[in-house]
Amino acid sequence: MDWLSFTIYPVYLMIFMCIYGCLAIGLNIQWGYAGLFNAGLAGFFAVGAYTSAILTTSEAAGRLGGFDLPFPFGLAGAMIVSGLIAWPVGKICLRFRSDYLAIVTIGVAEAIRLVAKTEDWLTNSARGITGVPRPLGDLPYAQAQLAYLAIVGLILIVVYLLIERQAHAPWGRMMRAIRDNERAAVAMGKNVPVRRLEAFMLGSALMGLAGGLYVHLARTITPDAIDPMLVTFLVWIMVILGGSGNNRGVLLGAVIVWIIWSASEIVTDQLPAEFALKAKYGRMFLIGLLLQIVLRFRPEGLLPEKLRRAPLSEGALSPTGHGARIQAPHKEI
Amino acid sequence: MDIFSFVNFFLLPGVVQGSIYALGAIGITLIYAIMRYGHFAHGDLATFGAFTALFVAGLLGLSPYAALPVAVVVAALLAIAIDWLFYAHLRRMPKIITTIASFGVALMLRSVVQIIWGVDTTSYTRGISRPENWFGIRVKPHELVTLLVVIGLVIALHLFLTRNKWGKAMRAMSDNPDLALLSGIDNNKVIAMTWVIAGGLCAASGFFLGLNTELRSLMGWNILLPTFAAAILGGVGRIEGAIVGGLVVGVTEELSVLVIPSEYKMLSSFAILLVVLLLRPTGLFRGKIL
Repeated sequence: MDWLSFTIYPVYLMIFMCIYGCLAIGLNIQWGYAGLFNAGLAGFFAVGAYTSAILTTSEAAGRLGGFDLPFPFGLAGAMIVSGLIAWPVGKICLRFRSDYLAIVTIGVAEAIRLVAKTEDWLTNSARGITGVPRPLGDLPYAQAQLAYLAIVGLILIVVYLLIERQAHAPWGRMMRAIRDNERAAVAMGKNVPVRRLEAFMLGSALMGLAGGLYVHLARTITPDAIDPMLVTFLVWIMVILGGSGNNRGVLLGAVIVWIIWSASEIVTDQLPAEFALKAKYGRMFLIGLLLQIVLRFRPEGLLPEKLRRAPLSEGALSPTGHGARIQAPHKEI
Repeated sequence: MDIFSFVNFFLLPGVVQGSIYALGAIGITLIYAIMRYGHFAHGDLATFGAFTALFVAGLLGLSPYAALPVAVVVAALLAIAIDWLFYAHLRRMPKIITTIASFGVALMLRSVVQIIWGVDTTSYTRGISRPENWFGIRVKPHELVTLLVVIGLVIALHLFLTRNKWGKAMRAMSDNPDLALLSGIDNNKVIAMTWVIAGGLCAASGFFLGLNTELRSLMGWNILLPTFAAAILGGVGRIEGAIVGGLVVGVTEELSVLVIPSEYKMLSSFAILLVVLLLRPTGLFRGKIL
């Protein structure tokens, strides 16, 4: 037993943390910056996973594949396909209030799950895709995990830096302006539908990237590998708990929620088998309750978005100023 | 295909399924009209109602039909409690926040069902019920009950909204909340009333879904999409729209297997939703656009 074996579980946890961090940043672009309610992010995640799996595996009888592309191409493909699927969805729904987008994205996720389950030629249906390669996957198990953590961590850092840069660039300020006061932004000549669509596609592409990172870790993907409600919900609670609109916040949220989720699993696994299964649902109940508690007592999240206030103007004193608002669109009736 | 098999195998099951969607869609559309947010826990509340009826029927040894009123009352009270615990304090926030909260409530309700009743499929009655033949049209007894009860509930709701003082207050608040408030209507009572109606109808829809198919912990989540499609197709805020929308969605789902593979049957409501949003976002009955 060498020292590396003790790192296996923490490393495994941290890889997932990075994957969820990527999902959380994707959702933060959609919800935090643009105020778009994506309730089907598991669908985009699955699309990314399947795309990368199809692009990087070798020939298999009866399904599309045999491209044998290297890992970075798989990830790029995952991002492109997820982003492209987001395009028509955004085109149809972004004209309306975000509830419509939410219900339509639930439908999109359902459609993607059904396609993955049914279309033999594309996804090998219920048997799924196996033998997905992993970079440096030929090393001994512990080293390979560590190497993959380094790769995923590096990708997450790059994503974070790029998105942070984008958020502080004029694009990010414009997105916040659209989110907080759509009419004013239109009056300033901003093309609101196009900008929203950009944010929606960019966020979905990052969810696809996360899916790609997941499939190279798991090395196999089946339609039931992803519990859509659970994945979607965990990411939402990460974003809201951490602080929507703040990338550092949502990463913090990803770390906290994933630790809670995994630690509670360790606890419930000690229970006798007949309780252990039910305990999984108990944990889901607690995650739902956590969301309610956050919304009630700290709706702005642990690390709220930093908003620059206008220096001593009317707006700074108005009741809709900092205290009363939450990082969300003010565009309802 | 002759007319009888069309009616027996496609139209009638579609109408039954559609009337179940209609019950859910009425609740969705009422909540949209009065509180102005989409309520995503509606499907899982229906699941809860269905399992409550199963529990009550088993506990007291009643027939499931006798347990229905109990389930309706329990779900109505639960809806008020959920509103009081989780939604009431969000009323001053942007409405979408409440939608997020309802998503969390959906997860909580589903977990409760899974903890108490497990994840296995079950049903109210054992054995196969034999359809009765009415001049070539074959109706199963539970289908007939479903249709009759749904028609009864819709008539009762219509009378309540047009004749009763509180029903009129609800319609007033849906049309213009500020004006309703100014003319002395108590918002909180109207909101509680809405939850009673929406929760009760929701339990009924879950019950009839369980009666006509089977009870599963995900049954409610799976009808959320068709129910929303029905509400939006009918026009948000329009009760008559929700009923027509539900029937259209239900019949389309059953007929869709004639054209598309049956694996994709569930997606026909999604297709309807997309077409409505593209072509006529106000819905058939010119509802609100939020």
